[in-house]
Amino acid sequence: MTTPKGSLLVQDARTRKRNAAEARFKTYGKLAIGVGLLALVILISSILGNGTSAFRQTEIAMNVTLPEAKLDKSGTRDMEVMKKVTTLTYGPILAQGLADTLAAEGIVVEGLTAKDIDAMISREASAQLRDRVLADPSLVGATVAITVLASGRIDGYYKGRVSMESAVLDSNVTPAQLRLADALKDKGLLVTKFNWDFLTAPDASDQRPEAAGLGVAILGSAYMMLVVLVLALPVGVASSIYLEEFAPKNRWTDLIEVNISNLAAVPSIVFGILGLAIFINFAGLRASAPIVGGLVLTLMTLPTIIISTRAALKSVPPSIRDAALGVGASKMQAVFHHVLPLAAPGILTGTIIGLAQALGETAPLLLIGMVAFVREYPAPYTAADGLFGEPSTALPVQVYNWTQRADPAFFERASGAIIVLLIFLLIMNAVAIILRRRFERRW
Amino acid sequence: MDDLRIVERDVTTQIPKITARGVDVFYGDAHAIKSVDVDILDHTVTAFIGPSGCGKSTFLRCLNRMNDTIDICRVTGEILLDRENIYDPKVDSVQLRAKVGMVFQKPNPFPKSIYDNVAYGPKIHGLTRNKAELDAVVETSLRRAALWNEVKDRLQSPGTGLSGGQQQRLCIARAIATSPEVLLMDEPCSALDPIATAQVEELIDTLRSQFCVVIVTHSMQQAARVSQRTAFFHLGTLVEFGETGQIFTQPQDPRTESYISGRIG
Repeated sequence: MTTPKGSLLVQDARTRKRNAAEARFKTYGKLAIGVGLLALVILISSILGNGTSAFRQTEIAMNVTLPEAKLDKSGTRDMEVMKKVTTLTYGPILAQGLADTLAAEGIVVEGLTAKDIDAMISREASAQLRDRVLADPSLVGATVAITVLASGRIDGYYKGRVSMESAVLDSNVTPAQLRLADALKDKGLLVTKFNWDFLTAPDASDQRPEAAGLGVAILGSAYMMLVVLVLALPVGVASSIYLEEFAPKNRWTDLIEVNISNLAAVPSIVFGILGLAIFINFAGLRASAPIVGGLVLTLMTLPTIIISTRAALKSVPPSIRDAALGVGASKMQAVFHHVLPLAAPGILTGTIIGLAQALGETAPLLLIGMVAFVREYPAPYTAADGLFGEPSTALPVQVYNWTQRADPAFFERASGAIIVLLIFLLIMNAVAIILRRRFERRW
Repeated sequence: MDDLRIVERDVTTQIPKITARGVDVFYGDAHAIKSVDVDILDHTVTAFIGPSGCGKSTFLRCLNRMNDTIDICRVTGEILLDRENIYDPKVDSVQLRAKVGMVFQKPNPFPKSIYDNVAYGPKIHGLTRNKAELDAVVETSLRRAALWNEVKDRLQSPGTGLSGGQQQRLCIARAIATSPEVLLMDEPCSALDPIATAQVEELIDTLRSQFCVVIVTHSMQQAARVSQRTAFFHLGTLVEFGETGQIFTQPQDPRTESYISGRIG
């Protein structure tokens, strides 16, 4: 069977079909990338849209008189006595202070009771004021200018979450309060500024979203990352070097290899159950402590690090090993002098990707109690449990926690926390790229 | 056979440096080397020739126990280096490889500077006491490898940046820097162009004065040019071993004759 010879200028049916198939494939690829990018853009813009406002916070400035009769009955400025005065005493002092300030500025208050005006200040403010007085007892008896957090709804009004229309339906805020807030703003007493407390303050209760911050969560995540890095990197790299370079290839090492790959695919919540059983119930470590979280995440990250390290070691050409052995280097010298430096960029990238994965992990932490509501910073050196033994929380868990709460202000905070988490992940990936560039041998 | 320029066969010594007796090598179940007996003389270039897969490289790698790195490889029989069995359980293969240097088929300099490439062996074996001695060793090795004049001004530039022939001579310099007694070369010119090949061959001839050189080659012309003694391997057996001139002009075995006349292999 012979085919008739055709001109090169005319495509035959077969070529046309092949070219069409190729063009179709390229289109599918472009479509897939387009869908992915679109999803990313929607995701990022929705997070940024909801979350950037968490980085700004409305505050009210006022002059408040601190009466000695209420705050220090003994008159001795004795700390022990002053500490007995609770925030319940400070609340009315603040309310009085705001009322006095309004009067002094000549702002007319219409249709608002003293209680309504007081409600515009965050419930957190009395604790802030108490802390300040306890830090500096000489303030007692004086009139001091302070800035306190506005309540969540007033804050929301300046971020577009609350409007005059919605305030009518809202039992927590009235249009009159919002009008008063506007009046305060006109006088420069109410300002919205960058919210450092969001990054440094600990979590706050359901009633005071305006005071909730990520401080403890960031610290907890940092502690856990430290534990993961210190444990998973040496153990992972050492075991991969042994498996890849020294271990005999037999049924046992095959079994280990298969199981490491399986471990990498185990759902993370299973590691949480394991951590709960081993570290908390058996070893008796404290629930919600970063050390437990770090150990669980180490178990989870190990397979990732081992697999990427082995891949990096495998990619080093065997001729380098031969060269080193050929001049009389021992196997260990060959590995540590020549193979490991060449594999370093791959190992580092794998490690940082593993760490980034661990940083964003939520499920296993829920099981070991890191979902707890932590109002206080872990006390580093005072507790017998030490640096990592105090209850803490973590960034992704904080996000999960806040999205569970009723007040929409917490939703804004959760989005803000996601932005913080993403920034940390971006920083880690950037570090991975920089280290890779640095260590990569260009010759 | 006119192109076979056979060099002067002035074998200066008759003392065997390496003696192999009844060497068998197995890769798993495959019998790669079958009962090879060979005596390799000191200060001589000995060439192993034979068709691909005949076991000449495998046998060469037995001489410094590089086959140890292959899990399924098993060596029986005895190989004596200066009357000591290198497969004795008491022998440490690392110590052995410091005495028996090796140059590989593909130039494989470390991705480090030229200086570090040569200095690595002396460093790990503790052959020098200070920087000046190390510098001296590096210079002598590079001179002996006929590379010094080309690289003396850029010792700190990467070894992988040299041309193929220079890289191979660097590998030779690296191998002789540890002052080995035997130098094994596994097809050292197969990745090189004719000019670089000529340079390396010239070098091999000068190295003979200090070392016992064993070279594996698939080029019969090369064996004829550089070696004093030649061993012909075929299907895992040592077919014939003798003076290079005799092997190429009056082969005793019909298989050798067929190979050098191009009928097999």
